[in-house]
Amino acid sequence: MLGKLNLDALPYDPIAIGGAISLIGGTIGIAALLTYKKRWGWLYKEWLTSLDAKKIGIMYIVVATLMLLRGLMDAAMLRGQTAIASGENSGYLTSDHFQQMFSAHGTIMIFFVAMGLMFGLINLVLPLMLGARDVAFPFLNSVSFWLFFAGMALVNTSLIIGEFSAAGWLAYPPLSGLEYSPGVGVDYWIWSLQIAGIGSLLSGINFITTILKMRAPGMTLMKMPIFAWSVLTSMMLVVTAFPVLTVTLGLLSLDRLLGTNFFTTTLGGDPMMYVNLIWAWGHPEVYILILPAFGIFSEIVATFSRKRLFGYKSMVIALLAIAVLSYIVWLHHFFTMGAGPNVNAFFGIMTMIIAIPTGVKVFNWLFTMYRGSIDFKNPMIWFLGFVMTFTIGGMTGVMMSVPAIDFQMHNSMFLVAHFHNMIIGGVVFGYIAGFIYWFPKIFGFRLHEKLGTYVVGAWLIGFLLAFLPLYILGLKGATRRLDHYDSSLGWQWLFIISAIGVGVILLGVGLQLLQLYVSIKQRHKLRDTNGDPWNGRTLEWSTPSPAPFYNFAKLPSVTHRDEFWERKRSKSKPDASPYEDIELPRNTPDGIIIAGMAGAVGFALIWHIWWLAALGLIGCIVILIRRSIINPGEIIIPAAAIKAYENQLLKRTRS
Amino acid sequence: MSHTLASTQNSSKVQLGFWIYLMTDCILFATLFAVYAVLRNNTAGGPSASDIFDMPFILVETLLLLASSFTAGIALLAAKKSMISLARKLLIATLVLGVSFLAMELYEFIKMYNEGHSWRESAFLSAYFTLVATHGLHITAGIIWLLVLLPKFFRSKIDSLTISRLTLFSMFWHFLDVVWIFIFTVVYLIGDKTL
Amino acid sequence: MRKKTFLALLGGLSFFIIAATVFVLITGDNAVLNPKGEIAQKQFDLIVFATALSLLVILPVFALTIYVSIKYRASKKPVDYQPDWDHSKKAETMWWGIPIFIIIILSVVTWKSTHELDPFRPIQSTKEPLEIQVVSLQWKWLFIYPEYNIASVNYAQIPVDRPVKFVLTSDAPMNSFWIPQLGGMIYTMTGMSTQLHLIANETGTYNGVSSNISGPGFADMRFTVDSTAESEFYDWTQTSKPTLAQLDTTTYNELRKPSIPPNPTLFYLKEEDLYWKIMERYTHSSHKYHHGSNIKNESSSESSEHSGGHH
Repeated sequence: MLGKLNLDALPYDPIAIGGAISLIGGTIGIAALLTYKKRWGWLYKEWLTSLDAKKIGIMYIVVATLMLLRGLMDAAMLRGQTAIASGENSGYLTSDHFQQMFSAHGTIMIFFVAMGLMFGLINLVLPLMLGARDVAFPFLNSVSFWLFFAGMALVNTSLIIGEFSAAGWLAYPPLSGLEYSPGVGVDYWIWSLQIAGIGSLLSGINFITTILKMRAPGMTLMKMPIFAWSVLTSMMLVVTAFPVLTVTLGLLSLDRLLGTNFFTTTLGGDPMMYVNLIWAWGHPEVYILILPAFGIFSEIVATFSRKRLFGYKSMVIALLAIAVLSYIVWLHHFFTMGAGPNVNAFFGIMTMIIAIPTGVKVFNWLFTMYRGSIDFKNPMIWFLGFVMTFTIGGMTGVMMSVPAIDFQMHNSMFLVAHFHNMIIGGVVFGYIAGFIYWFPKIFGFRLHEKLGTYVVGAWLIGFLLAFLPLYILGLKGATRRLDHYDSSLGWQWLFIISAIGVGVILLGVGLQLLQLYVSIKQRHKLRDTNGDPWNGRTLEWSTPSPAPFYNFAKLPSVTHRDEFWERKRSKSKPDASPYEDIELPRNTPDGIIIAGMAGAVGFALIWHIWWLAALGLIGCIVILIRRSIINPGEIIIPAAAIKAYENQLLKRTRS
Repeated sequence: MSHTLASTQNSSKVQLGFWIYLMTDCILFATLFAVYAVLRNNTAGGPSASDIFDMPFILVETLLLLASSFTAGIALLAAKKSMISLARKLLIATLVLGVSFLAMELYEFIKMYNEGHSWRESAFLSAYFTLVATHGLHITAGIIWLLVLLPKFFRSKIDSLTISRLTLFSMFWHFLDVVWIFIFTVVYLIGDKTL
Repeated sequence: MRKKTFLALLGGLSFFIIAATVFVLITGDNAVLNPKGEIAQKQFDLIVFATALSLLVILPVFALTIYVSIKYRASKKPVDYQPDWDHSKKAETMWWGIPIFIIIILSVVTWKSTHELDPFRPIQSTKEPLEIQVVSLQWKWLFIYPEYNIASVNYAQIPVDRPVKFVLTSDAPMNSFWIPQLGGMIYTMTGMSTQLHLIANETGTYNGVSSNISGPGFADMRFTVDSTAESEFYDWTQTSKPTLAQLDTTTYNELRKPSIPPNPTLFYLKEEDLYWKIMERYTHSSHKYHHGSNIKNESSSESSEHSGGHH
């Protein structure tokens, strides 16, 4: 009846029990708060069933932030372990637990923090920036978010029921095959990613269509804000890379569920093929994450330098070049698998070629600042932190792109330092900067500036302390994923410094939560009075803050790049055309239901509860068919209501 | 529901979105083809392609699917010209041909399984079953889609939304036909011959 | 404190941490940067070269960042503020051109060095290479010396200044064989035979690790390599056989079970083809394995055939 599921699946060692209790406690705490404040109805009506991209964006960011906390807790436990597990001391984590923890850490950070922040910010900003009211397919948007949520729920369920994968964030076979990982851990990994991955794929389709079909009249592609270009290129990578992930996860699950021989060690299976397939997705994935961050920095640098972005056309070409090149470098993740010098050298050279358009972008940013008049608000300071850290990471990347050098660095702590360098220094810094930058547009008040400066400080110093020692460790011959090591190696002091660094990063996150709290308390003092707190350049700043649910009362038309800046400069008159009725999609719980069914299918396949899997699948199909037959239609907001609402916003601005 | 400028704009958005989806499906199949190409000779002492494929059978299957693509194409033209009765008949023909294709494929699978040649036997068979079954699952989805669309064609008039949806369906159906051509060529025709 | 002060402190502290890291890298006892053999030495030279080349770009970037941040801050009311200046052919040419030029140089060096340091490539020497067969198990390393009828777990002895040809496979999940002071690593995989050519140019004891996760015991897959004079090495290979445990296919089946041996063990190798028999468990059902007879003449300085590994 319940497949493989029984009471043995509950955690039995103290740390695992602690993790499960924290998770359950946290969830119950949130539920209790909602019940106490009688907010369930509000939550359901205003947020969970909403098809407003801004609301969906905020939900993504909330989930991503919660997952960031979990991922950082994992990191703290991991680095705490390595700081003390020298020689005789075996630390407080068993090897198996340690391995599950870093697998969860990597999986959560990439799929649920980075992707979540990215999709969140895009949802918040893209329609506003393009002069549109929503994305191309609002219902699909909701489905994407809820699939993301379902994947996240599945990963976290493994903390309470069962175990997680101990095979790393990419689960190479044969280790991840049935023979060496007979438990449910790898299955949790497979199905949470499979479900979340479909959500990502649908978002890719959604955002490309939005950019190509819903720009304001007059906004040609070359007049579009550069952030939109970065989203377009990133989403092109999403739609072409995620199908490969779907197949690869699918094949691994077939090996584990139905006894196929794709990646087995006998009967003709080929584990090396998995490595190729997973990285054929995996490399584009990291570019999917970084390109929007580049776009964010382009917007920030231009805005705060009060100057046009230098070399817009070059920047577009660089984005496209990076996107295209990201398809032909994947083998650099396994130079050491023995491919032969011609193949290795080809992929090495292709990899270092990517450094060229990336470097070009850095110079364009610096030359945007040159002859500018720079206001060093928080987002600009994040940019400075990014330049410092990302260039170091880029340098170490160029080093490792030389196969012969990589032979000495692959899978060592040097590699771990490099990719965290890129992801934290590039992706995380970029998305945090973007969040601070666009926060007033969404919530109507700025974040506390001074506290924000301390936040950057903590993140930057924390990052340097946590990861620069890892470069040294790698060159000392320390391989990655070790849960203990010999005391004679002289590694411990470096692991201790790294643990301190994680602590400083946690301090930074604590300061961020404090900043949020203080900013909410001081929101009247920090209010964004006219919708343009930073003297911005692009269309999103032309709406009041917080942006109304319909984004624009009258859809703008565009004649320039940096349209809003040009309008301010030429003191153009406001649009005097009459208000019109606005059609908006109706709220629906269908996204939640579909994702819930998908999650049930995932859980069922993990535990071999076949009837539940079949039921869930049928349920998804039924909901989709029902939705196509019974169209919920739109809400129409009459012009008079829009006019009244706008007048109200105007009054509030003037007061 | 009003059929304003919004609806036509809607249609072009939906068409683009669907094209992009088809491209992702294309990459999905391309990946499965790549996997098949790598594993096609890993027969682990078991049967290889030439041992188990019944070419005349496959040829009939293929012709059925090609025919269904033809009937679907003409059905769309008929629907656009408001020739609803003709469209209905052609769609039913598409359905019948599609179901027959699927039935033949299932028969082939069951026969192989009963002879002891399942996906568990070797990497080659794993790749074969997965590639062909994935196509079969897509055909199944198409058949379900067609069943949902068909009732609209039992009325006296059809609206632009239905035409739009029929267009998407025929794009999907033709795409699956093209994928089948590749399967027919790579898996069945080329089989285990060295190129 | 004032923002300016805070930022200056932040910048200073960051640079201090970076400088301290560089200091430790240069002065510390860092295996990869203190090579003890020709292969590791060449890899070290490459690291220095690549770093120097990268610094040609990194240092100007840092300098330019600091310069524009200070000179063009709004509080200084910059006189040459040009809000619409957004392109310069000269600047574009420079920052497309110079990186392209640097990458071309690095590409040429990459092409050459990748061939020269191909792990399958024999090391040029007047001496005959010593062949050691390596099998990665859960969770230990088995070293087989077919020439001398001995085998060893988690320990290898090699003669100094003589090329060693490691031939590697796995009877466990994918693994990776790494002796940082002697050279880079190579993966080991079931049913395949990879190669790694190394040489120790100094006597000493070197640490080896596994650098690919293969289950809970993977952190303990450490081994030591002693590089000794030729005569000492020969004496070790002649260790009295009756005093040693025997290693044949039966005792091997015990050895391969998951375990973490506390100490290295020496064996009398009774089954000379043990390595190939281990591979055969996986290959007789697979068509991907090409036997070692494909490997070209050892004294050839051209790239050798690759048996196993990705084609």
